[in-house]
Amino acid sequence: MDKNRLAAGSFRLLLHVVLIVGVFALFLWANGKDPIQAVRDTVRINLLQWRGLWGVMVRMAPLLLTALAAAFPFRAGLINVGGEGQFFLGALLGTWAALNVPGLPQWITVPIVLLAGAVGGGLWGWIPGLLRARGWVNETISTLLLNYLAPLIVGYFVFGPWRAPELAIYPQTPEFPDVARLPALGTTRLHVGFFIGLLFLFAYWFFIHKTRWGLEMRSVGGNPEASRRLGVPVSRWVVLAMVLGGAMAGLAGIAEVAAVHYRLKLAISPGYGFMGFLVNWLAGSNPVGIVLMSFVVALIASGGFTLQITQRIPYAAVNVLLALILFVVLAKPASGILAKSLARRWKA
Amino acid sequence: MNGDWFLSWISGAILYAAPLLYPTVGEVLGQRTGMVNLGLEGLMLLGASTSFALSVRLGNPWVAVFLGAGVGLLANLIYAFLVVKRNASQLATGLALMFFGLGVSALLGKPYVGQMAAALPKYPLLGPRSLLFRYDLLVYVAFLLAALAWVFLFRTRWGLQLRAVGENPAHAYAAGISPARVRLAAACVVGFLAGLGGAQLALGVTQTWSEGMTAGRGFIAIALVIFSRWNPLRAIVGAILFGGAVVLQLQLQARGIGISPFFLDMFPYVLTLFVLLLWGRGVRHTAPASLGRVYFGTEERGG
Repeated sequence: MDKNRLAAGSFRLLLHVVLIVGVFALFLWANGKDPIQAVRDTVRINLLQWRGLWGVMVRMAPLLLTALAAAFPFRAGLINVGGEGQFFLGALLGTWAALNVPGLPQWITVPIVLLAGAVGGGLWGWIPGLLRARGWVNETISTLLLNYLAPLIVGYFVFGPWRAPELAIYPQTPEFPDVARLPALGTTRLHVGFFIGLLFLFAYWFFIHKTRWGLEMRSVGGNPEASRRLGVPVSRWVVLAMVLGGAMAGLAGIAEVAAVHYRLKLAISPGYGFMGFLVNWLAGSNPVGIVLMSFVVALIASGGFTLQITQRIPYAAVNVLLALILFVVLAKPASGILAKSLARRWKA
Repeated sequence: MNGDWFLSWISGAILYAAPLLYPTVGEVLGQRTGMVNLGLEGLMLLGASTSFALSVRLGNPWVAVFLGAGVGLLANLIYAFLVVKRNASQLATGLALMFFGLGVSALLGKPYVGQMAAALPKYPLLGPRSLLFRYDLLVYVAFLLAALAWVFLFRTRWGLQLRAVGENPAHAYAAGISPARVRLAAACVVGFLAGLGGAQLALGVTQTWSEGMTAGRGFIAIALVIFSRWNPLRAIVGAILFGGAVVLQLQLQARGIGISPFFLDMFPYVLTLFVLLLWGRGVRHTAPASLGRVYFGTEERGG
């Protein structure tokens, strides 16, 4: 009986995937591209080659962390849609640290840089957290507005005081010194940020499920009034959940800069903050689900870059594909826990 | 001299208010039925890019504007289907719609970046010789629409039914109103007006197309809905305030004041946040009670 349901579920999932790919293929075809070649290129370059697979994992690194940026507040009943802004502010403060550390060895410098990034993101989470805790502004709307402020602040520094003199054409900071760069695994591009993401996913699970604080935070998300009467400091948890979430996105931002770009510029995110929010939502805030969904979204994003080169399809097509997938998932009654059920099957 | 500056500021504020007023009024109606739509930004972009492309192709801005608004309506049917029929999460559906609009509009608009489109004709308010207060018809219509929306919401039977659905869908259902039908109709209006706002922005205000040109206006519209406390007339005040912020920033930049343009660009967003902060307290009591909640229907579904 249960086996039958599983089979039916898998079949429906397969049907959905086929449906999405079909719609997207139609869309590409309407734009005068070859959809079959596009799918073949994506699979061949990103999944069947080690280099491509490392690339997908490099893209997973920021998604793991920006998904956590939504997950921590979500457990406290908050909607943090500000991962994008927190990502940028983390990159900003981390860059400030990286460009100003005196000659220290790498094993001290890198943690300092990462910490500065986390502080930057945390700060950008603290503002909406405070506004919400005081009952002044809803955190959904304030985080959305703060998303538009953060890149402007970065723009000011990148175009102004921090602009590298040697490359006058591109507005960007000077390169990070070697000691401030995140080390990569062997000769691959896979950097420490990916493992930091996994580490924090574990820490998140441990914090939420195995500590008293996690219980308090979840109780705030479940029933704030009851928690208040039981003596849980509700507004403190509201602020803290937003700060923790912001710190995760900030960490993602500085890791991306210090491991991939080596310098701060405006083009550091193809929407990682928003994607992370959707990853977390698809995964139902479940850590294993976050890993799985990050992989799927990272594969789509990598595929987008592949197609940009091989078929000259604009990167914007990735957003369309992402949206189509979400629409199909949302259309499932009782949706949103796709990855959760996948994770359960994984364990079984 | 100073008076001139002030007049041109007011004149510009009204111009920049209009493309914001359309999605804001639409979202007021939508939220009055209990639906939050975070996809307004995507809908505006769709309206802007399709109307701009069509205006270049057809040479007729009016046809282009209405087809652009129609595309907004069609795109929002996805939202309506998912939220009303499939009880999907409103926030996630809205964000997915934002990604959809962002992607599709960028693909559609790509060949038209840097092109000239047939713009909407302007009609001067103060006689033919004045350069100030010259607006296209849609600017005038925007303010009229806000007033009409107020009358509809608070002075007609249909408006009462609409608000009843937003306050308590189960009670509305008991009173013989179909919450699903009311929300579907409202979603059509939201899509049409958001698309119209985007179209007016592209063909009446900026008269160019660039990727992501709405620059967060869809999200600011949602903030203005809260600011206006779900009242279309107060939405006019909010829209003019934001329009004034945009114009002030543009004027300061044109005068070459020694402030970085990046800081000036922040002004409208900071102002929106600040205004929400000042007005935010007590908002919870005016918000439609069922806002954002999934309505599963009153009848027992077969299980």
